[in-house]
Amino acid sequence: MELMKRKESWNIGYDHALGETASYFFAQVRDNAQIYGRLDPKSGRVLVPPRAFSDQTLEPTTDWMKVGPGGRIEAFTIVYEEFKTLPDPPYAFGYVLLDGADTAIGGFFRGIDLKNPAQAAKRLALGTRVITKFAEERKGSVLDFWFELEGDGGKSGSNAEAVVGYE
Amino acid sequence: MKAPRVGIIGIGQSEFKPRRDDANYPELVREGVTLALNDAKLELKDMQAVVYSLAPDALLGIGNAERLGVDAVGARNKRFMRINTGGATGISSVITGWTHIAAGECDVVLVAGADKVGESGDSQTILNKIWDPTYERALPLGTITMLAMSAVRAMHKYGLTEEDMARVTVKNRLNASKNPKAHLRKVVSMEEVLASRYISWPIKLLDACPQSSGGAAMVLASEKYIKDNKLDAVWISGVGHCSESYYMGDRMGNKIMADHADAHALGRSFERSYKMAGITDPAKQVHLAELYAPFSNTEYHSIEATGVCKLGASMALMREGHFDLGGRIPINPSGGTLCTNAIAVSALVRAAEVALQVWGRAGEHQVKGAKIGIASGNGGDHQFFGTMVIES
Repeated sequence: MELMKRKESWNIGYDHALGETASYFFAQVRDNAQIYGRLDPKSGRVLVPPRAFSDQTLEPTTDWMKVGPGGRIEAFTIVYEEFKTLPDPPYAFGYVLLDGADTAIGGFFRGIDLKNPAQAAKRLALGTRVITKFAEERKGSVLDFWFELEGDGGKSGSNAEAVVGYE
Repeated sequence: MKAPRVGIIGIGQSEFKPRRDDANYPELVREGVTLALNDAKLELKDMQAVVYSLAPDALLGIGNAERLGVDAVGARNKRFMRINTGGATGISSVITGWTHIAAGECDVVLVAGADKVGESGDSQTILNKIWDPTYERALPLGTITMLAMSAVRAMHKYGLTEEDMARVTVKNRLNASKNPKAHLRKVVSMEEVLASRYISWPIKLLDACPQSSGGAAMVLASEKYIKDNKLDAVWISGVGHCSESYYMGDRMGNKIMADHADAHALGRSFERSYKMAGITDPAKQVHLAELYAPFSNTEYHSIEATGVCKLGASMALMREGHFDLGGRIPINPSGGTLCTNAIAVSALVRAAEVALQVWGRAGEHQVKGAKIGIASGNGGDHQFFGTMVIES
Protein backbone atom coordinates (compact mmCIF):
# COMPACT_ATOMS: atom_id res chain seq x y z
CA MET A 1 0.00 0.00 0.00
CA GLU A 2 1.00 3.63 -0.40
CA LEU A 3 2.64 4.94 2.80
CA MET A 4 2.25 8.70 3.15
CA LYS A 5 4.45 11.29 4.91
CA ARG A 6 3.81 14.82 6.15
CA LYS A 7 6.43 17.62 6.17
CA GLU A 8 6.56 19.71 9.34
CA SER A 9 9.09 22.21 10.71
CA TRP A 10 9.66 24.02 14.00
CA ASN A 11 10.82 27.61 13.71
CA ILE A 12 10.22 29.35 17.01
CA GLY A 13 11.69 32.73 17.96
CA TYR A 14 12.90 33.53 21.47
CA ASP A 15 14.22 36.69 23.13
CA HIS A 16 16.42 35.18 25.85
CA ALA A 17 17.42 37.43 28.76
CA LEU A 18 21.13 36.97 29.52
CA GLY A 19 21.05 38.26 33.10
CA GLU A 20 23.39 40.72 34.82
CA THR A 21 26.58 38.60 34.80
CA ALA A 22 26.54 37.66 31.13
CA SER A 23 25.32 41.13 30.12
CA TYR A 24 28.43 42.70 31.72
CA PHE A 25 30.65 40.09 30.05
CA PHE A 26 29.21 40.73 26.58
CA ALA A 27 29.21 44.53 27.01
CA GLN A 28 32.94 44.35 27.81
CA VAL A 29 33.57 42.14 24.79
CA ARG A 30 31.59 44.52 22.56
CA ASP A 31 32.82 47.88 23.90
CA ASN A 32 36.40 47.13 25.04
CA ALA A 33 37.43 43.90 23.32
CA GLN A 34 38.16 42.50 26.75
CA ILE A 35 37.23 39.10 28.22
CA TYR A 36 36.40 38.95 31.92
CA GLY A 37 35.95 36.05 34.32
CA ARG A 38 34.37 35.90 37.77
CA LEU A 39 36.29 34.99 40.92
CA ASP A 40 34.97 32.26 43.19
CA PRO A 41 36.37 33.57 46.51
CA LYS A 42 36.11 30.23 48.28
CA SER A 43 38.25 28.24 45.82
CA GLY A 44 40.19 31.13 44.26
CA ARG A 45 39.19 29.89 40.80
CA VAL A 46 38.36 32.32 38.01
CA LEU A 47 35.37 31.10 35.98
CA VAL A 48 35.33 31.88 32.25
CA PRO A 49 32.74 32.30 30.87
CA PRO A 50 31.65 34.10 34.04
CA ARG A 51 28.94 32.54 36.16
CA ALA A 52 27.02 34.16 39.02
CA PHE A 53 27.83 31.08 41.14
CA SER A 54 30.56 28.46 41.22
CA ASP A 55 30.04 24.97 39.79
CA GLN A 56 32.32 23.53 42.48
CA THR A 57 31.83 25.45 45.74
CA LEU A 58 28.28 26.48 44.75
CA GLU A 59 29.00 29.93 46.29
CA PRO A 60 28.21 33.25 44.56
CA THR A 61 31.17 34.69 42.63
CA THR A 62 32.36 38.13 43.76
CA ASP A 63 34.87 39.93 41.51
CA TRP A 64 35.43 40.63 37.84
CA MET A 65 38.88 39.50 36.66
CA LYS A 66 40.51 40.37 33.31
CA VAL A 67 41.70 37.26 31.44
CA GLY A 68 43.54 36.57 28.16
CA PRO A 69 44.17 37.52 25.45
CA GLY A 70 46.72 34.67 25.41
CA GLY A 71 45.80 31.12 26.33
CA ARG A 72 46.27 27.44 25.57
CA ILE A 73 44.14 24.91 23.70
CA GLU A 74 42.33 22.45 25.97
CA ALA A 75 40.09 20.75 23.39
CA PHE A 76 39.28 21.04 19.69
CA THR A 77 37.55 19.35 16.81
CA ILE A 78 37.51 19.97 13.08
CA VAL A 79 34.12 19.52 11.43
CA TYR A 80 34.11 18.24 7.85
CA GLU A 81 30.41 17.34 7.61
CA GLU A 82 27.58 19.73 6.82
CA PHE A 83 24.74 19.98 9.33
CA LYS A 84 21.52 21.90 8.70
CA THR A 85 21.65 25.43 10.23
CA LEU A 86 25.30 24.99 11.34
CA PRO A 87 28.23 26.66 9.49
CA ASP A 88 29.56 25.37 6.18
CA PRO A 89 32.45 22.93 6.78
CA PRO A 90 35.31 22.71 7.30
CA TYR A 91 35.72 24.67 10.51
CA ALA A 92 37.68 24.19 13.73
CA PHE A 93 36.46 25.11 17.18
CA GLY A 94 37.08 24.07 20.74
CA TYR A 95 37.99 25.28 24.20
CA VAL A 96 40.80 27.54 25.39
CA LEU A 97 42.11 28.18 28.90
CA LEU A 98 42.81 31.92 28.79
CA ASP A 99 45.69 33.31 30.84
CA GLY A 100 44.36 34.12 34.31
CA ALA A 101 41.36 31.79 33.98
CA ASP A 102 40.80 28.38 35.56
CA THR A 103 38.07 27.07 33.24
CA ALA A 104 38.05 26.94 29.45
CA ILE A 105 35.86 28.98 27.09
CA GLY A 106 34.61 27.88 23.67
CA GLY A 107 35.43 29.60 20.41
CA PHE A 108 36.41 29.11 16.77
CA PHE A 109 40.03 28.57 15.72
CA ARG A 110 40.89 30.53 12.59
CA GLY A 111 43.82 31.06 10.29
CA ILE A 112 44.63 27.33 10.07
CA ASP A 113 44.50 25.37 6.83
CA LEU A 114 42.02 22.55 7.49
CA LYS A 115 42.37 20.70 4.16
CA ASN A 116 44.64 18.03 5.62
CA PRO A 117 42.94 16.75 8.81
CA ALA A 118 46.03 15.13 10.34
CA GLN A 119 48.21 18.20 9.79
CA ALA A 120 45.55 20.59 11.03
CA ALA A 121 44.97 18.44 14.13
CA LYS A 122 48.69 18.51 14.86
CA ARG A 123 48.72 22.31 14.76
CA LEU A 124 45.78 22.42 17.18
CA ALA A 125 47.31 19.94 19.66
CA LEU A 126 46.36 20.33 23.31
CA GLY A 127 48.60 22.82 25.10
CA THR A 128 49.26 24.89 21.95
CA ARG A 129 49.42 28.64 22.73
CA VAL A 130 46.79 30.82 21.09
CA ILE A 131 45.86 34.49 21.10
CA THR A 132 42.32 35.92 21.19
CA LYS A 133 41.37 38.07 18.19
CA PHE A 134 38.39 40.41 18.16
CA ALA A 135 36.20 41.41 15.23
CA GLU A 136 36.29 45.12 14.35
CA GLU A 137 32.52 45.34 14.52
CA ARG A 138 31.31 43.60 17.66
CA LYS A 139 27.72 42.79 18.61
CA GLY A 140 28.16 41.38 22.11
CA SER A 141 28.38 37.70 21.17
CA VAL A 142 30.82 34.81 21.59
CA LEU A 143 31.31 35.13 17.82
CA ASP A 144 32.91 38.59 18.37
CA PHE A 145 36.15 36.81 19.21
CA TRP A 146 38.07 33.73 18.07
CA PHE A 147 41.48 32.18 18.57
CA GLU A 148 44.57 32.08 16.35
CA LEU A 149 47.86 30.32 16.91
CA GLU A 150 50.27 32.58 18.84
CA GLY A 151 53.01 33.91 16.61
CA ASP A 152 51.02 33.30 13.41
CA GLY A 153 50.65 37.07 13.15
CA GLY A 154 48.32 39.41 11.29
CA LYS A 155 45.66 36.95 10.20
CA SER A 156 42.74 38.32 12.15
CA GLY A 157 39.52 38.14 10.17
CA SER A 158 41.14 35.97 7.51
CA ASN A 159 38.50 33.30 7.95
CA ALA A 160 35.58 35.60 8.71
CA GLU A 161 33.43 34.05 5.98
CA ALA A 162 33.20 30.91 8.14
CA VAL A 163 30.40 32.43 10.20
CA VAL A 164 28.54 34.35 7.49
CA GLY A 165 24.93 33.25 7.24
CA TYR A 166 25.05 31.69 10.65
CA GLU A 167 24.04 34.36 13.14
CA MET B 1 19.68 -0.19 53.02
CA LYS B 2 18.72 -3.61 51.73
CA ALA B 3 16.70 -2.97 48.59
CA PRO B 4 13.71 -5.22 47.88
CA ARG B 5 14.11 -7.46 44.85
CA VAL B 6 12.53 -6.28 41.61
CA GLY B 7 12.39 -8.67 38.67
CA ILE B 8 12.25 -8.23 34.90
CA ILE B 9 9.53 -10.51 33.53
CA GLY B 10 9.08 -9.30 29.95
CA ILE B 11 11.15 -7.65 27.23
CA GLY B 12 10.16 -6.24 23.85
CA GLN B 13 12.30 -4.65 21.15
CA SER B 14 11.52 -3.69 17.57
CA GLU B 15 13.89 -4.59 14.79
CA PHE B 16 15.52 -1.15 14.62
CA LYS B 17 15.70 0.53 11.21
CA PRO B 18 16.57 3.92 9.63
CA ARG B 19 12.84 4.66 9.18
CA ARG B 20 9.52 3.01 9.94
CA ASP B 21 7.10 4.53 7.45
CA ASP B 22 4.61 1.73 8.12
CA ALA B 23 4.05 2.97 11.70
CA ASN B 24 3.44 6.43 13.16
CA TYR B 25 4.86 7.29 16.59
CA PRO B 26 2.18 5.79 18.92
CA GLU B 27 1.97 2.70 16.72
CA LEU B 28 5.70 2.21 17.15
CA VAL B 29 5.37 2.61 20.94
CA ARG B 30 2.61 -0.01 20.88
CA GLU B 31 4.86 -2.40 18.94
CA GLY B 32 7.43 -2.56 21.78
CA VAL B 33 4.65 -2.82 24.37
CA THR B 34 2.96 -5.75 22.61
CA LEU B 35 6.26 -7.62 22.30
CA ALA B 36 7.04 -7.11 26.01
CA LEU B 37 3.52 -8.11 27.17
CA ASN B 38 3.61 -11.24 25.01
CA ASP B 39 6.98 -12.07 26.50
CA ALA B 40 5.60 -11.64 30.03
CA LYS B 41 2.33 -13.43 29.08
CA LEU B 42 0.41 -10.50 30.58
CA GLU B 43 -2.04 -7.90 29.29
CA LEU B 44 -2.19 -4.11 29.46
CA LYS B 45 -4.94 -4.38 32.12
CA ASP B 46 -2.42 -6.12 34.41
CA MET B 47 -0.06 -3.10 34.43
CA GLN B 48 -0.47 -0.87 37.51
CA ALA B 49 1.79 1.95 36.36
CA VAL B 50 3.52 3.09 33.20
CA VAL B 51 6.90 4.79 33.03
CA TYR B 52 7.28 6.50 29.67
CA SER B 53 10.74 6.73 28.12
CA LEU B 54 11.00 9.88 26.00
CA ALA B 55 14.13 11.96 25.31
CA PRO B 56 14.17 15.60 23.95
CA ASP B 57 10.88 16.32 22.16
CA ALA B 58 12.49 17.87 19.09
CA LEU B 59 14.08 14.55 18.06
CA LEU B 60 10.54 13.36 17.31
CA GLY B 61 9.18 16.77 16.37
CA ILE B 62 6.18 16.31 18.69
CA GLY B 63 6.00 18.48 21.82
CA ASN B 64 5.46 16.36 24.94
CA ALA B 65 4.80 13.30 22.83
CA GLU B 66 3.95 11.31 25.96
CA ARG B 67 0.49 12.93 25.63
CA LEU B 68 0.09 11.13 22.32
CA GLY B 69 1.72 7.92 23.55
CA VAL B 70 -0.50 7.52 26.60
CA ASP B 71 -3.03 5.36 24.75
CA ALA B 72 -0.36 3.18 23.17
CA VAL B 73 0.72 2.13 26.66
CA GLY B 74 -2.81 1.87 28.05
CA ALA B 75 -2.22 4.37 30.84
CA ARG B 76 -5.77 5.71 31.26
CA ASN B 77 -6.72 5.50 34.95
CA LYS B 78 -3.16 4.46 35.86
CA ARG B 79 -0.05 6.03 37.35
CA PHE B 80 1.87 7.58 34.43
CA MET B 81 5.22 9.33 34.42
CA ARG B 82 7.43 10.56 31.58
CA ILE B 83 11.20 10.42 32.11
CA ASN B 84 13.83 12.45 30.21
CA THR B 85 17.54 12.39 31.04
CA GLY B 86 18.65 12.72 27.40
CA GLY B 87 20.51 9.64 26.21
CA ALA B 88 20.19 8.12 29.69
CA THR B 89 16.37 8.32 29.47
CA GLY B 90 15.85 4.61 28.88
CA ILE B 91 17.79 3.41 31.90
CA SER B 92 16.38 6.21 34.07
CA SER B 93 12.94 4.97 33.04
CA VAL B 94 13.72 1.39 34.07
CA ILE B 95 15.11 2.69 37.37
CA THR B 96 11.92 4.73 37.87
CA GLY B 97 9.89 1.58 37.24
CA TRP B 98 12.09 -0.20 39.79
CA THR B 99 11.38 2.63 42.25
CA HIS B 100 7.59 2.21 41.91
CA ILE B 101 7.97 -1.43 42.97
CA ALA B 102 10.82 -1.06 45.48
CA ALA B 103 8.78 1.61 47.28
CA GLY B 104 5.96 -0.91 47.68
CA GLU B 105 3.54 1.17 45.60
CA CYS B 106 3.08 -1.28 42.72
CA ASP B 107 3.57 -4.95 41.87
CA VAL B 108 3.68 -4.75 38.05
CA VAL B 109 5.00 -1.81 36.04
CA LEU B 110 5.34 -1.26 32.30
CA VAL B 111 8.31 0.78 31.03
CA ALA B 112 7.97 1.76 27.38
CA GLY B 113 8.91 4.18 24.63
CA ALA B 114 9.97 4.57 21.02
CA ASP B 115 11.93 6.94 18.83
CA LYS B 116 11.96 7.95 15.19
CA VAL B 117 15.26 9.82 15.02
CA GLY B 118 15.43 9.22 11.26
CA GLU B 119 12.41 11.48 10.65
CA SER B 120 14.30 14.66 11.53
CA GLY B 121 17.19 13.59 9.33
CA ASP B 122 19.64 15.78 11.26
CA SER B 123 19.83 15.06 14.96
CA GLN B 124 22.92 17.27 15.43
CA THR B 125 20.97 20.41 14.52
CA ILE B 126 18.41 19.48 17.16
CA LEU B 127 21.05 18.56 19.71
CA ASN B 128 22.76 21.95 19.19
CA LYS B 129 19.66 23.36 20.91
CA ILE B 130 20.52 21.60 24.19
CA TRP B 131 23.32 24.15 24.66
CA ASP B 132 22.96 27.29 26.75
CA PRO B 133 21.84 30.24 24.59
CA THR B 134 23.76 32.67 26.84
CA TYR B 135 27.31 31.53 26.14
CA GLU B 136 27.49 28.41 24.01
CA ARG B 137 24.61 28.03 21.53
CA ALA B 138 26.27 30.27 18.93
CA LEU B 139 29.04 27.68 18.64
CA PRO B 140 28.28 24.67 16.43
CA LEU B 141 28.15 22.31 19.43
CA GLY B 142 26.38 18.99 19.14
CA THR B 143 26.80 15.63 20.81
CA ILE B 144 29.26 14.53 18.12
CA THR B 145 31.52 17.59 18.45
CA MET B 146 31.26 17.40 22.25
CA LEU B 147 32.42 13.78 22.24
CA ALA B 148 35.05 14.40 19.53
CA MET B 149 36.56 16.82 22.06
CA SER B 150 36.50 14.04 24.65
CA ALA B 151 38.41 11.86 22.16
CA VAL B 152 40.99 14.60 21.60
CA ARG B 153 41.59 14.83 25.35
CA ALA B 154 41.85 11.03 25.63
CA MET B 155 44.40 11.04 22.80
CA HIS B 156 46.46 13.58 24.72
CA LYS B 157 46.03 11.97 28.13
CA TYR B 158 46.16 8.24 27.34
CA GLY B 159 47.45 7.95 23.76
CA LEU B 160 44.07 6.90 22.30
CA THR B 161 44.51 6.46 18.52
CA GLU B 162 42.16 6.41 15.53
CA GLU B 163 43.03 2.69 15.22
CA ASP B 164 41.85 2.13 18.81
CA MET B 165 38.59 3.83 17.88
CA ALA B 166 38.18 1.75 14.71
CA ARG B 167 38.71 -1.45 16.72
CA VAL B 168 35.55 -0.68 18.74
CA THR B 169 33.47 -0.30 15.59
CA VAL B 170 34.82 -3.53 14.10
CA LYS B 171 33.98 -5.44 17.32
CA ASN B 172 30.52 -3.94 17.71
CA ARG B 173 29.53 -4.42 14.06
CA LEU B 174 30.57 -8.08 14.29
CA ASN B 175 28.39 -8.42 17.41
CA ALA B 176 25.48 -6.58 15.75
CA SER B 177 25.67 -8.96 12.76
CA LYS B 178 24.50 -11.67 15.21
CA ASN B 179 21.69 -9.55 16.68
CA PRO B 180 18.52 -9.47 14.54
CA LYS B 181 17.25 -6.34 16.39
CA ALA B 182 20.32 -4.20 15.56
CA HIS B 183 20.15 -1.43 12.95
CA LEU B 184 23.70 -1.56 11.45
CA ARG B 185 24.48 -5.27 10.98
CA LYS B 186 27.10 -5.17 8.22
CA VAL B 187 30.52 -6.38 9.34
CA VAL B 188 33.28 -3.81 8.66
CA SER B 189 37.08 -4.03 8.60
CA MET B 190 39.64 -1.78 10.30
CA GLU B 191 40.59 -0.47 6.84
CA GLU B 192 36.98 0.45 6.02
CA VAL B 193 36.52 2.32 9.29
CA LEU B 194 39.82 4.19 8.90
CA ALA B 195 39.00 5.08 5.27
CA SER B 196 35.54 6.43 6.09
CA ARG B 197 35.13 10.23 5.90
CA TYR B 198 35.70 12.52 8.85
CA ILE B 199 32.57 13.94 10.45
CA SER B 200 34.14 15.76 13.41
CA TRP B 201 37.85 14.96 13.76
CA PRO B 202 38.81 12.37 14.99
CA ILE B 203 35.31 10.83 14.69
CA LYS B 204 34.66 9.34 11.25
CA LEU B 205 31.39 8.16 9.73
CA LEU B 206 31.97 4.56 10.88
CA ASP B 207 32.90 5.71 14.41
CA ALA B 208 29.39 7.17 14.77
CA CYS B 209 25.98 5.70 15.66
CA PRO B 210 23.06 5.70 13.22
CA GLN B 211 19.72 7.55 13.65
CA SER B 212 17.37 4.67 14.40
CA SER B 213 13.64 4.16 14.62
CA GLY B 214 11.95 1.55 16.78
CA GLY B 215 10.21 0.84 20.07
CA ALA B 216 11.18 -0.99 23.24
CA ALA B 217 9.46 -1.95 26.47
CA MET B 218 10.01 -3.91 29.64
CA VAL B 219 7.69 -5.36 32.29
CA LEU B 220 8.94 -5.22 35.89
CA ALA B 221 7.38 -6.99 38.87
CA SER B 222 7.80 -7.41 42.61
CA GLU B 223 9.31 -10.60 44.00
CA LYS B 224 5.97 -11.44 45.65
CA TYR B 225 4.06 -11.09 42.34
CA ILE B 226 6.65 -13.23 40.56
CA LYS B 227 6.50 -15.98 43.20
CA ASP B 228 2.70 -15.89 43.58
CA ASN B 229 2.26 -16.24 39.81
CA LYS B 230 5.19 -18.67 39.37
CA LEU B 231 6.82 -16.42 36.73
CA ASP B 232 10.27 -16.64 35.23
CA ALA B 233 12.41 -13.56 35.94
CA VAL B 234 15.86 -12.03 36.14
CA TRP B 235 16.62 -9.54 38.90
CA ILE B 236 17.66 -5.90 39.13
CA SER B 237 20.09 -6.10 42.05
CA GLY B 238 21.62 -2.62 41.88
CA VAL B 239 20.70 0.79 40.45
CA GLY B 240 22.50 4.14 40.42
CA HIS B 241 22.42 7.64 39.01
CA CYS B 242 25.01 10.41 39.03
CA SER B 243 25.18 13.86 37.44
CA GLU B 244 28.05 16.02 36.21
CA SER B 245 27.95 19.84 36.18
CA TYR B 246 26.95 21.59 32.94
CA TYR B 247 29.91 23.41 31.40
CA MET B 248 32.22 21.25 29.30
CA GLY B 249 34.90 23.93 29.77
CA ASP B 250 34.83 23.22 33.53
CA ARG B 251 36.03 19.67 32.80
CA MET B 252 39.35 21.02 31.52
CA GLY B 253 41.73 23.71 32.73
CA ASN B 254 42.98 24.03 36.32
CA LYS B 255 41.94 22.15 39.49
CA ILE B 256 39.27 20.13 37.71
CA MET B 257 37.00 17.71 39.53
CA ALA B 258 36.34 15.63 36.40
CA ASP B 259 38.20 15.47 33.08
CA HIS B 260 36.19 15.62 29.84
CA ALA B 261 38.41 12.77 28.58
CA ASP B 262 36.73 10.50 31.13
CA ALA B 263 33.24 9.70 32.40
CA HIS B 264 33.77 10.57 36.04
CA ALA B 265 30.10 10.69 37.11
CA LEU B 266 29.40 7.43 35.26
CA GLY B 267 32.02 5.84 37.52
CA ARG B 268 30.29 7.23 40.63
CA SER B 269 26.96 5.86 39.34
CA PHE B 270 28.46 2.39 38.88
CA GLU B 271 29.88 2.54 42.42
CA ARG B 272 26.38 3.24 43.73
CA SER B 273 24.83 0.33 41.85
CA TYR B 274 27.67 -2.03 42.84
CA LYS B 275 27.22 -1.12 46.49
CA MET B 276 23.53 -2.02 46.30
CA ALA B 277 24.26 -5.27 44.45
CA GLY B 278 27.14 -6.24 46.75
CA ILE B 279 29.71 -6.16 43.94
CA THR B 280 33.18 -5.44 45.33
CA ASP B 281 35.40 -6.47 42.39
CA PRO B 282 33.63 -5.84 39.07
CA ALA B 283 36.57 -7.16 37.01
CA LYS B 284 35.98 -10.58 38.59
CA GLN B 285 32.24 -10.53 39.28
CA VAL B 286 30.74 -8.99 36.13
CA HIS B 287 30.27 -11.28 33.10
CA LEU B 288 29.25 -8.71 30.50
CA ALA B 289 28.34 -5.06 30.02
CA GLU B 290 26.02 -3.12 27.73
CA LEU B 291 27.38 0.44 27.87
CA TYR B 292 25.83 3.49 26.24
CA ALA B 293 28.55 4.53 23.79
CA PRO B 294 27.23 6.28 20.65
CA PHE B 295 30.73 7.00 19.30
CA SER B 296 33.58 4.49 19.21
CA ASN B 297 35.92 6.54 21.44
CA THR B 298 33.34 6.82 24.21
CA GLU B 299 33.28 3.05 24.75
CA TYR B 300 36.77 3.37 26.28
CA HIS B 301 35.93 5.90 28.97
CA SER B 302 32.70 4.01 29.66
CA ILE B 303 34.59 0.72 30.15
CA GLU B 304 36.99 2.47 32.51
CA ALA B 305 34.07 3.96 34.46
CA THR B 306 32.77 0.42 35.15
CA GLY B 307 35.89 -0.19 37.22
CA VAL B 308 36.87 -3.35 35.33
CA CYS B 309 40.20 -1.65 34.56
CA LYS B 310 42.07 1.55 35.43
CA LEU B 311 41.82 4.89 33.59
CA GLY B 312 43.70 4.64 30.28
CA ALA B 313 44.01 0.84 30.46
CA SER B 314 41.05 -0.17 28.28
CA MET B 315 42.71 0.32 24.89
CA ALA B 316 45.35 -2.36 25.49
CA LEU B 317 42.72 -4.79 26.79
CA MET B 318 40.57 -4.10 23.71
CA ARG B 319 43.55 -4.93 21.46
CA GLU B 320 43.94 -8.24 23.30
CA GLY B 321 40.30 -9.19 22.67
CA HIS B 322 39.34 -8.90 26.35
CA PHE B 323 36.02 -7.21 25.45
CA ASP B 324 35.09 -9.35 22.42
CA LEU B 325 32.17 -11.76 22.44
CA GLY B 326 34.10 -14.75 23.79
CA GLY B 327 36.57 -12.50 25.64
CA ARG B 328 36.90 -12.06 29.41
CA ILE B 329 34.18 -9.37 29.74
CA PRO B 330 32.24 -8.89 26.50
CA ILE B 331 31.26 -5.24 26.06
CA ASN B 332 28.16 -4.50 24.00
CA PRO B 333 27.58 -8.05 22.73
CA SER B 334 24.40 -6.68 21.06
CA GLY B 335 26.48 -4.26 18.97
CA GLY B 336 25.52 -1.48 21.36
CA THR B 337 24.43 2.09 20.80
CA LEU B 338 27.10 2.42 18.09
CA CYS B 339 25.01 0.10 15.87
CA THR B 340 21.49 1.12 17.02
CA ASN B 341 20.46 4.47 18.46
CA ALA B 342 16.77 5.16 18.86
CA ILE B 343 17.69 7.74 21.49
CA ALA B 344 14.55 7.60 23.70
CA VAL B 345 14.96 3.86 24.26
CA SER B 346 18.70 3.21 23.64
CA ALA B 347 19.54 2.96 27.33
CA LEU B 348 16.41 0.86 27.96
CA VAL B 349 17.75 -1.51 25.32
CA ARG B 350 21.08 -1.64 27.20
CA ALA B 351 19.22 -2.94 30.28
CA ALA B 352 17.02 -5.22 28.15
CA GLU B 353 20.04 -6.77 26.46
CA VAL B 354 21.77 -7.44 29.79
CA ALA B 355 18.55 -9.05 31.05
CA LEU B 356 18.37 -11.30 27.96
CA GLN B 357 22.02 -12.28 28.48
CA VAL B 358 21.71 -13.30 32.14
CA TRP B 359 18.44 -15.04 31.24
CA GLY B 360 20.34 -17.06 28.61
CA ARG B 361 17.96 -15.80 25.90
CA ALA B 362 20.28 -13.60 23.79
CA GLY B 363 20.46 -16.03 20.86
CA GLU B 364 23.45 -15.88 18.56
CA HIS B 365 25.13 -13.09 20.55
CA GLN B 366 24.70 -14.93 23.88
CA VAL B 367 27.64 -14.61 26.31
CA LYS B 368 28.19 -18.15 27.54
CA GLY B 369 27.43 -18.66 31.22
CA ALA B 370 26.50 -15.01 31.86
CA LYS B 371 24.89 -14.62 35.29
CA ILE B 372 25.68 -11.00 36.24
CA GLY B 373 25.68 -8.09 33.82
CA ILE B 374 25.77 -4.30 33.96
CA ALA B 375 24.13 -1.60 31.86
CA SER B 376 24.56 2.15 31.55
CA GLY B 377 23.03 5.23 29.94
CA ASN B 378 24.64 8.64 29.30
CA GLY B 379 22.71 11.80 28.60
CA GLY B 380 22.80 15.58 28.26
CA ASP B 381 26.12 17.36 27.95
CA HIS B 382 28.06 14.14 28.88
CA GLN B 383 26.33 14.87 32.12
CA PHE B 384 23.55 12.52 33.32
CA PHE B 385 24.38 8.89 33.95
CA GLY B 386 22.30 5.89 35.04
CA THR B 387 23.56 2.37 35.74
CA MET B 388 22.16 -1.00 36.69
CA VAL B 389 23.26 -4.47 37.79
CA ILE B 390 21.08 -7.34 36.56
CA GLU B 391 21.44 -10.94 37.76
CA SER B 392 19.85 -14.27 36.94
